[in-house]
Amino acid sequence: MIYERRPSPLHAARAWVAAVWCITLGLVALSIEQPVVLGALLAAVLGAAAAAHAGRRVALYLAWGVPFALVIALINTLVTRDGITVLVRGFNLPVLGQLDITLEAAVYSAVLGLRFLIVIGCAGLLAACVDPDELLRAVRRMSVRSGVTAAVATRLVPVLARDARRLAEARRTVGDDGRRRVAVLRAVTSGALDRATDVAATLEVRGFALASRPGRERRPWSRHDLAFAASALALALLGILAAAEGWAGFRAFPRLGPALGAEPLLLAGALCLLVLLPFADRRGVGR
Amino acid sequence: MSVLELSGVSYAYPGEPDALRDVSLTVEPGEFVVVSGGSGSGKSTLLRAACGLVPHFHGGVFAGRLRCAGLDTREHGPGELAAVAGTLLQDPETQVLMGTVRAELAFPLENRGFAPAAVARGVEEAALALGIAGLLDRSTHELSGGELQRVALGAALAGRPQLLLLDEPTSQLDPVAGDELLGVLRRVNEEWGTAVLLAEHRLERCLPAADRVLALEAGRLAFDGTPEAFLQRSAETPIARLFSLAGRPERPVTVKDARRALGAAPRAAEEPGPSAAPAPRDAALTLQRVWFERDAAILRSVDLRIGAGDTVALMGRNGAGKSTLLRVAAGLWKPTRGKVSASGRVALLLQNPGDYLLEERVDRELPAPQLEAAGLGHLAARHPRDLSGGERQRLALEIVLRSAAGAPAVVCLDEPTRGMDRGHKDRLARRLRELAAGGTAVVVATHDAEFAAAFAARTVLLGDGRPVADAPTADVLGGGWYFATQTARVLGAAALTPEQGAELITDLAVPEVPA
Repeated sequence: MIYERRPSPLHAARAWVAAVWCITLGLVALSIEQPVVLGALLAAVLGAAAAAHAGRRVALYLAWGVPFALVIALINTLVTRDGITVLVRGFNLPVLGQLDITLEAAVYSAVLGLRFLIVIGCAGLLAACVDPDELLRAVRRMSVRSGVTAAVATRLVPVLARDARRLAEARRTVGDDGRRRVAVLRAVTSGALDRATDVAATLEVRGFALASRPGRERRPWSRHDLAFAASALALALLGILAAAEGWAGFRAFPRLGPALGAEPLLLAGALCLLVLLPFADRRGVGR
Repeated sequence: MSVLELSGVSYAYPGEPDALRDVSLTVEPGEFVVVSGGSGSGKSTLLRAACGLVPHFHGGVFAGRLRCAGLDTREHGPGELAAVAGTLLQDPETQVLMGTVRAELAFPLENRGFAPAAVARGVEEAALALGIAGLLDRSTHELSGGELQRVALGAALAGRPQLLLLDEPTSQLDPVAGDELLGVLRRVNEEWGTAVLLAEHRLERCLPAADRVLALEAGRLAFDGTPEAFLQRSAETPIARLFSLAGRPERPVTVKDARRALGAAPRAAEEPGPSAAPAPRDAALTLQRVWFERDAAILRSVDLRIGAGDTVALMGRNGAGKSTLLRVAAGLWKPTRGKVSASGRVALLLQNPGDYLLEERVDRELPAPQLEAAGLGHLAARHPRDLSGGERQRLALEIVLRSAAGAPAVVCLDEPTRGMDRGHKDRLARRLRELAAGGTAVVVATHDAEFAAAFAARTVLLGDGRPVADAPTADVLGGGWYFATQTARVLGAAALTPEQGAELITDLAVPEVPA
């Protein structure tokens, strides 16, 4: 949730363009089922993160997402009854009855987990590389109060995280053995409410009650704005075309298929190229 | 026209007694007015009334008339008043709303419907005026408390208001950041002609800039006059106390005035040589070649021995390693190298006493007999959040002292006097001396030289992660330039506290210098 300005083309692009690019990347991942193409897309997301000097941050998001991806994959494998290549037969579970684990269900579940990870990676890129103030300023042009509420909520997350760390440290200094968890929870909650009241008072004295819409900023389009806008457009078109033409064709049930052909490989290469190309030009990335 | 005009203003928060009682006053354009008063005297309420938060945000019962730059607060809310009065409250964390400094400075201007070009210009001007242009593209979450408060001041000033309202803006800051903020305020007042209404405990720092002082007592305006007249009425600064105790009629506001009033005589007095080292006592805490390293080395081979019953002030600039040393001593953080040993438990009170207060009544934090023993029995039925900063600090100290782990051999306190008024500082110093008399070693990290002089027999000055001076307090704070008490600045190393200084002046029979 914490944005830091770094010298990278993605940071240098205007916020709404960068945000649209990250979201498009996530949507393309959701439209694809072919595991090889998804794997390439995940690699491209990691490459983009590294090129944006946010590799560590995005890797942390992915590390956080891996257990969830595994849970998704595991549950889906257990509850899916399709597929003909049985790997393990005869689980008897209450309510669910007899469960067979099939190769097809396992592969399809892995695809779901992979997609989830790519979406998490895109969200990590967005959080690490898109200026929330600039983005929310754009939102405020449409809805003033929603935009400010989102901005303040974003700002309060690290503040409350710091409060929680301080509180935990204070508990350690008095040898707290964890028996007062309810009291700690109450203190954290009431502390958050106090913070919220103080923030509301600050909003008042900064003239939020008048809340005019911010004026449209006439800012010339930079090379990075154009590059990421073009990349987003091309990604979206390629995703639509691939879905329509079946270039990323993949069938999990009843049997895995079709065999890996040239089309998915070409699609994977094209997607990687479109994702990474806007990072090639690093002129004017500082501020 | 006055920028602020109160006529018979009384106000009570919902369900509470009057916080302001029949207050009438005016503030003229370009004036620098300091509001003084103890905790609960109505300072914050006065400022909140001036910016329209009272009654529009807080509710309650309001009587009388308050005009801010001609706008009557009964008809105009805080949003409209924001155009004429910038407001800065206590907590820097909740004064900054946006993710970047640039967005923060732009926010009030955008709310008022300024065109983008005017917003951009206002942001640049406010940033340059406050010396924060280098922070414009920084994330607000990575700023220090002092930087946050300057950014919040920038946001309050961005629309060039006629009046600036500040409610103890330095109470959460360390003294260095607090001094910087007060310096900025002085410049804003002198160069832009912005009127300032400032509620502040650190009177010795802000009175030199003040044209007038208002003193509130129980919600009433008890005094309205010049800083000199205010100090005649109550000797609130160390220098005024020095002159009062010495029986002198003058009440100088600055160190320079005090020196002039006394002539050269006391400073000419012989500076004492190094004090005799006290007899060594059993070690309560020992640090042997302690290193603490994160991205950089914070403590570098610290050797320190603290005896049972010692009172030690730990001083040094920000980042010198004071807080880290206390955390390492208390076992909260493990040293990277070296050895820490203590003869018993090392209790640590961190900077924010509110973090120790979890319950909804004070007597649930500590049993009544323990509260009574600590002199806090009268607070038993109160909510901890309703206590003043000083009361919270004392309660948190008792909680740390009486934790389940047993009586401590060493007590460490990290910046305990931030935002405390003089009365609470005196009571805290007394309590720490009591603990030391009982054999507990007391170590306090502080920037407050007056407090260090009042309670500590020994001062350790940290520089760049290691002790650069370790000597009796009189030696360290008497001969220093920055790390020196106000009395020492006036009288040299001959005296640290107003009491010692008064004795010296009386002994030397310094004649009064004609005005």
